[in-house]
Amino acid sequence: MSNKKKKKLTPVQQEYQAFAKEREPRRPLALNSLKAFVVGGGICVLGQVISDFFLWNFNFTEKTVGNPTVAVLILISVILTSLGIYDHLAQWAGAGTAVPVTGFANSIASAAIEHRSEGYVLGVGGNMFKLAGSVITYGVFAAFVVALIKTTIAALGGA
Amino acid sequence: MLHGHQTWVFANRPTIISSSVVGGPFEAQGPLADDFDILHGDLWLGQDSYEKAERKLLEEACENAIEKAGLKKEDIQFFLSGDLMNQIVSSSFAARTLALPYLGLFGACSTSMESLALGALLIESKAAEKVICGAVSHNAAAEKQFRYPNEYGAQKPDTAQWTVTAAGVGLLSSHGEGPKVTSATIGRVVDMGMTDPFNMGAAMAPAAVDTITAHLRDLRISAREYDLIATGDLGKVGHKIAADLFAKHDIDIPREIFTDCGLLIYSGEQPVFSGGSGCGCSAAVTYGHILNRMKRGELKKILIVATGALLSPLSYQQKESIPCIAHAVSIEYHR
Repeated sequence: MSNKKKKKLTPVQQEYQAFAKEREPRRPLALNSLKAFVVGGGICVLGQVISDFFLWNFNFTEKTVGNPTVAVLILISVILTSLGIYDHLAQWAGAGTAVPVTGFANSIASAAIEHRSEGYVLGVGGNMFKLAGSVITYGVFAAFVVALIKTTIAALGGA
Repeated sequence: MLHGHQTWVFANRPTIISSSVVGGPFEAQGPLADDFDILHGDLWLGQDSYEKAERKLLEEACENAIEKAGLKKEDIQFFLSGDLMNQIVSSSFAARTLALPYLGLFGACSTSMESLALGALLIESKAAEKVICGAVSHNAAAEKQFRYPNEYGAQKPDTAQWTVTAAGVGLLSSHGEGPKVTSATIGRVVDMGMTDPFNMGAAMAPAAVDTITAHLRDLRISAREYDLIATGDLGKVGHKIAADLFAKHDIDIPREIFTDCGLLIYSGEQPVFSGGSGCGCSAAVTYGHILNRMKRGELKKILIVATGALLSPLSYQQKESIPCIAHAVSIEYHR
């Protein structure tokens, strides 16, 4: 917690929070990081296997093989989400299943499933990007800024 | 009636002439499965949304309680209930089905005892002869409203709690055979500045301690008068904090009588993190398990302290802290 926020708390609140903190189970950071590394890395290895499969069996190049690979990973993630497996995997793996593209697919699919009861327009359509929306918004904005910098440097005669 | 600052003593001793508890599949795997009247194997209860399923839980519990008492709906004057859904739709829609005069309540997970306390007050003041008090929660419906979509892969910390899928209702009467509601302490809102909704136990523990302390002070009694003091869903984390807070403030609460509904409802093997929570948790454990123990003569005088975290998803996103409340109701049964 930031110091600024802490200042707003009364001494009684501060004392209690310290008291409670001593009695809370700590998040196992090292173990969580290790699990995330193993599972996240595993998903990347799987992606590599899929991409090699496409490279060897079909007419793809290193540059074009990315799209079908991502599509397959997304499909797997959505199927696991629909079967109610992905959230259990995620409870164990944490960031390992959240960071790769499968986590992004899961966030969209899970929201779409959840809001099916409110209909296709207000429910599925309106809520599908509830979680993924901020990723898209800031992803697009970040890409825009990077492109702007790159274009500026190029126009000034840079590399 | 009013004793001390915030406690009501019910001289007319409103009686819980029947109660009913309905639960879901995950509760059926827990150690208290035998204390449920109806258990559903399907989280959807055959409905097409979790919200409707929640409503169904409450309707079934009410109908079952009325039937067990050998009464008809027309014999009941008022229905007091609450739940966790926005605008307490589960209770209101169940009230539509029951077609009973209805008072909707919101006290988050403290609703179970808020409704019982108010129901007992209605009977005590002769405003009613028979009332139904209850509360309901549904795991998936609560997840959807308060947290993330059910299938979203977010990792929860060990301080998180598992919302119980259950409804618990009690039928209170001005006379009859059964456990008597003897007093109730209405809690203050206590806010210790906690902000983590995945750590409700720690946020709610001070409210429980405040209400129990007020109860003992108002009635000038010792905690040892009770055979059991059960808080409503502090979970492992909150229960430990509450017990230690009592020790710190030199309030004598014997450890062997102090327990928590959120710890009782699930077994250690079930992946519920810190324990159970939700309106239905304390309602189901009290109206099922604990009343059954009273009827078997194992407990004579108990205090149920239901705790509620009065936050909304919006208040959390706006970085507000979590105000908490606890209501205590004492029940006696001397056979």
